[in-house]
Amino acid sequence: MPGSAKPRYDDVEVGTELPGQTFPVYRVNLVMYAGASGDFNPIHWNERFATAVGLPNVIAHGMFTMAETARVLTDWVGDPGAIEEYGVRFSRPVVVPDDDRGATIEVTGTVAEKLDGNRVRVDLVARSDGQAVLTRARAVLRLP
Amino acid sequence: MPLDQSFVGRTYPPTAPYEVGREKIREFAEAIGDANPAYRDPDAARALGHPDVIAPPTFGIVLSMTAGRQVIADPDLGLDYSRVVHGEQRFVINRPIRAGDRLTVIVTVENIRSAAGNDMITTRGDVTTVDGEPVFTAYSTLVARGTAGG
Repeated sequence: MPGSAKPRYDDVEVGTELPGQTFPVYRVNLVMYAGASGDFNPIHWNERFATAVGLPNVIAHGMFTMAETARVLTDWVGDPGAIEEYGVRFSRPVVVPDDDRGATIEVTGTVAEKLDGNRVRVDLVARSDGQAVLTRARAVLRLP
Repeated sequence: MPLDQSFVGRTYPPTAPYEVGREKIREFAEAIGDANPAYRDPDAARALGHPDVIAPPTFGIVLSMTAGRQVIADPDLGLDYSRVVHGEQRFVINRPIRAGDRLTVIVTVENIRSAAGNDMITTRGDVTTVDGEPVFTAYSTLVARGTAGG
């Protein structure tokens, strides 16, 4: 978070762990994300529709999960402009029930490779309800 | 019904310019619960070397998804949008999107395939300023569950 020491290229090694975070997800977050992103697919807010098309319940936008996961990167490096590449595969939906507990997305990240030009590759893991929801989640960041 | 393979390689005309607003970036940051000052405070963004507030790294989906609709909503493609989920997403970022940018997207259909009973389409969105400066490229794969050969 702002104020804490920011990583420098010379100080990180392969295996350096980024501070992990857990992000809560409630239905209201999906409604807000639908409005902000313009993705109003009813599988992200309408339980009746979601179950009719074979989903267990309303699911989070994949892009919401991708955005939350990126916060582990941007909070670590401080400047969100340091991210040069970021990709994920959505392997399993984040199911968000209509209750007071909602769901959580737990994210960890590890420096997987040091690249030239002061850049590093970070591999990310995002889990919800005990299972990985992203695979091949990786980013390239430029460090000072 | 299989997707129309003739869409592969098709490139669409540039989209109408999208002007990135500070308040839209703030709205997006609020929606993802991210308090980073670079998304809200021009002075904080300038302290990091940016000319104005910048957008979160996945904000580009706002443009690329809208641009991609001209492909996936085309009835000739044959995609059942009611069964579509997002399969993969990747951004290659030349520089962060920032307030005041006027951006246009050129969409190209990269790939169409079927696997495990699902139809999949991958599109690429090349996003530049209206002056031609490259900003980012978005690769999106959408999956229609259980529609291939079904």
